[in-house]
Amino acid sequence: MPPLTRWYVRSSFLYLVATLVTGVWLAARAVWPGSLPGSSALSPIYFHLFMIGWVTQLIFGIANWMFPVYTREAPRRSERLGSATYALLNTGLLLRIVAEAGVAGAGATGWRWLLGGAVLLLLLAALAFVVNTWGRVTGK
Amino acid sequence: MPALTRRAVQAALIYLVVGFTFGQLLLMNKGVPFYPATWRLLPAHIEFLFIGWMAQLALAVAHWIIPRFRGGRFGRQRLAQAAFLLLNGGVLLAGLGPLLGAPAGVHLAGRVLEAAAVLAFAVYIWPRIRPLGNR
Repeated sequence: MPPLTRWYVRSSFLYLVATLVTGVWLAARAVWPGSLPGSSALSPIYFHLFMIGWVTQLIFGIANWMFPVYTREAPRRSERLGSATYALLNTGLLLRIVAEAGVAGAGATGWRWLLGGAVLLLLLAALAFVVNTWGRVTGK
Repeated sequence: MPALTRRAVQAALIYLVVGFTFGQLLLMNKGVPFYPATWRLLPAHIEFLFIGWMAQLALAVAHWIIPRFRGGRFGRQRLAQAAFLLLNGGVLLAGLGPLLGAPAGVHLAGRVLEAAAVLAFAVYIWPRIRPLGNR
């Protein structure tokens, strides 16, 4: 398993734990309304921790490992672009979580722009993954 | 990687980028509202990423990875090809229907196609899910 895949898989498990802890928090708020802090942002945060942090990250990591090699010299195409994808995805997701909570809480303009920046990073991560993976979708 | 897997993975990658783009527009509009109707992208965002990206990628990889019959045969490949067409037709109808203001029946038709796709794929792959050496 290449190092980048190990990073992806380990990170995905951390996000899975974070997802389930958030799920417990959401359920507890429903049982004891008003007694626990939180906001309307918790549900989308829970959902995206699961779908991006766990599922998408695991897919990216396993595809990086299992898809047909690009060439013998560069089996996973660009290692640098692969690392950039990992950094963009995780930075974007963490910023998104912080900014979404900030928008729901304080709602200041700075949080709103940070939210826009976070999703830009996530979009760049998806584009980088597709660019690096497309050439490996071959008949090898 | 067989040809059908290649086509499906490529389609899934396209849905990934389009679905993330829709998500970006939705979240930017949430942060700095610029166009209220942006929320109409939400059903397409969900449909493209859940079914078009994740489910399609899983089915494509299953077609490739799950043990084949003796001689490398895939089995009833027409069912898998039909599943690919049905799934993508369904995702487009169910995702774009609400976005374009189509009647609710279009969304329903998309969901029916998606369900039919998964049923066709399940029938296709079922005989290949067995112990190695028992083929």
